[in-house]
Amino acid sequence: MTSVVLRLALAAIFGMAASAASAQTLNTIKSRGVLNCGANGTLAGFGLPDSQGRWTGLDVDLCKALAAAIFNDANKIKFVPLTAKDRFTALQSGEVDVLARNTTWTSSRDTSLGLNFTAVNYYDGQGFLVRKALKVNSALELNDAAVCVQQGTTTELNLADFFRANKMKLKTVTFATADEAIKAYDAGRCDAYTTDASGLAGERLRLANVNDHIILPEVISKEPLGATVRHGDDQWFDIVKWTHYAMVNAEELGVTKANVDDQLKSENPDVRRLLGTEGKHGEALGLTNDWAVRIIKNVGNYGESFERNVGQGSQLKIARGLNALWNKGGLQYAPPVR
Amino acid sequence: MTTASGVATKIPKTPLIYNPKVRGIAYQAVLCIIIAFLAWSAVSNAVDNLARAKIASGFGFWDTTAGFDISQTLIEYSTTSTYGRAFWVGLINTLLVAGIGIVLATILGFIVGIARLSKNWLVSRVAGCYVEIIRNLPLLLQLLFWYNAVLKALPGIRESIAIPGGGFLNNRGLFLPQPVFEPAARFALIALLAGVLAAIGYRIWAKRRQSQTGQQSPVLWVTLGLVIALPLAVLALSGFPVQFNYPEAGRFNIRGGVEVLPEFAALLFGLVTYTAAFIAENVRAGILAVAKGQTEAAYSLGLRPGPTLRLVVVPQAMRVIVPPLTNQYLNLTKNSTLAVAIGYPDLVQIFAGTVLNQTGQAVEVIAITMAVYLTISLVTSGLMNLYNRSVAVVER
Repeated sequence: MTSVVLRLALAAIFGMAASAASAQTLNTIKSRGVLNCGANGTLAGFGLPDSQGRWTGLDVDLCKALAAAIFNDANKIKFVPLTAKDRFTALQSGEVDVLARNTTWTSSRDTSLGLNFTAVNYYDGQGFLVRKALKVNSALELNDAAVCVQQGTTTELNLADFFRANKMKLKTVTFATADEAIKAYDAGRCDAYTTDASGLAGERLRLANVNDHIILPEVISKEPLGATVRHGDDQWFDIVKWTHYAMVNAEELGVTKANVDDQLKSENPDVRRLLGTEGKHGEALGLTNDWAVRIIKNVGNYGESFERNVGQGSQLKIARGLNALWNKGGLQYAPPVR
Repeated sequence: MTTASGVATKIPKTPLIYNPKVRGIAYQAVLCIIIAFLAWSAVSNAVDNLARAKIASGFGFWDTTAGFDISQTLIEYSTTSTYGRAFWVGLINTLLVAGIGIVLATILGFIVGIARLSKNWLVSRVAGCYVEIIRNLPLLLQLLFWYNAVLKALPGIRESIAIPGGGFLNNRGLFLPQPVFEPAARFALIALLAGVLAAIGYRIWAKRRQSQTGQQSPVLWVTLGLVIALPLAVLALSGFPVQFNYPEAGRFNIRGGVEVLPEFAALLFGLVTYTAAFIAENVRAGILAVAKGQTEAAYSLGLRPGPTLRLVVVPQAMRVIVPPLTNQYLNLTKNSTLAVAIGYPDLVQIFAGTVLNQTGQAVEVIAITMAVYLTISLVTSGLMNLYNRSVAVVER
């Protein structure tokens, strides 16, 4: 009898918890005072702490923009370094509020993992890194090669698909971390190393003789990388999504970190709506009306973040390419704030 | 018992609740119900939460295409195989390294343990140093040392060491010619089985002869002859019906032949040396536990140290050695999960690593992995306990 009562009580508690979940994440973060951000920790250009322990990277900038929008302080973040293996479990279990860890948007991750992908902050593709001495000019010449790859990633699956589709024999050597994989490639354990093209540029810098290696021209997959949140909280989903779009809109409208204060006096209706001089779009999201001003003041617009982390202002020197604005030949297209 | 009036009175029965046996059963039944309830509510709570978070649950992933490749597969596997197939590949890889590891670690452990008790000062000190150093370093560091030492020490594929007989040794692995038996080799296989049975029969006969007449027979030579020489002779007679699949250097890699991965070698060396250090201490403890009087009695009968150790001391020491030895076997099996750090595709790396990440179903995958390791451990300890009981002292 008591066990029946206990069971009913537990069900009632869970029922109440479920209905309150929809606005929970933002309130939890505000009351905690800190944003828990799942990041990479070992990938130059996307998520890497420097020698003083300050985190930098394109994904890190997105988390900093979120913290700036919520707290007006880009430093109220706790970065949790995650491997490819445990990143989803950390997000599903609530250990982190948002996963900004160069994660590819796929249908199975969107559905069966209980996650939502917000917006694509980097359009990438998978490539190969080989030694120049092998005299290989194309990925199609890699029949029977041994390839080092990190375990549990779409990289592993795309590699197998590419070799199968082109009827080539494959030998994979999988490692738990990208560090181990690149070390084994450098030691000669495998002929090629594969990961997203942005990762290849960064990892290549860590090899013993940088000029002995080339990146093959083939891009064998689509890798749209974006920040991820849990199912069931629409408000938090909107906040993360629109933080990225605010940065892209700012670049489109010419609002930069340096001139955002001057732009507050602008007469351009789009700029006025973005920066909150007109309309209550920030409050509709659950933030303040100057949410975009906070973001741009602390982090800058998308173009500035890109150049600083992975573009010409960094060691990776990756061209804008697919990540240019839509009206400059790329794919970064933000819906309007209105 | 009758009263004065002659009517029989009943002995008053104690109520059941004061009966200690009944009380004991009642307490245990209530405890079982509570544990069962806790287990059931934990499981249904997890299922509810998974459903609410819209995370896929159930075992449907078993038949889904895996889509990834595995570097060492002892059974048929391709990128179009299912996750279930990948599970079996991982399990066989784990059992392979655990099985070979247990055999080699036991041999090495016994040698080192007995060496530590040797009267030769150098031998015992070397064995002692080995045990103390290896026991006190973390296994993960030792595995990484073996892997990086093995990898870096071997030459690259372009400068492979050629092994006489058609093999190659380089940092991609050890490549040996693979024997492919033609149907005519069947006779050699039959000869091998017959030789094994004959050797066992000869040993039984030799033991009976020794206990009756005291005369010894050359069991070792006869066994070698029956098990090795006889099948070889039959092979020669049927014209050596064995083809060899030689490894050949391709553009990138070596094709053909039997391949032993450096990851497998590094894991095996690391596990064997580590576990052997612990087994050596168990063996030393067991031998020291045998009364000195046994050794003295054996010497006084004229037995030399070698046969004394083999026939008198070690059989008695086994009773002390076997229970901790079971522990070390289970440790070796579970330590093989560290393979994930050096890229050997064992069960944890494939199943609880890649499959878990691709399907996202952490609860089911980890539960299956834990059940598998539990089964392997229970079977191992069950077999060792059977052996232990068979060598136990029979009290009269």
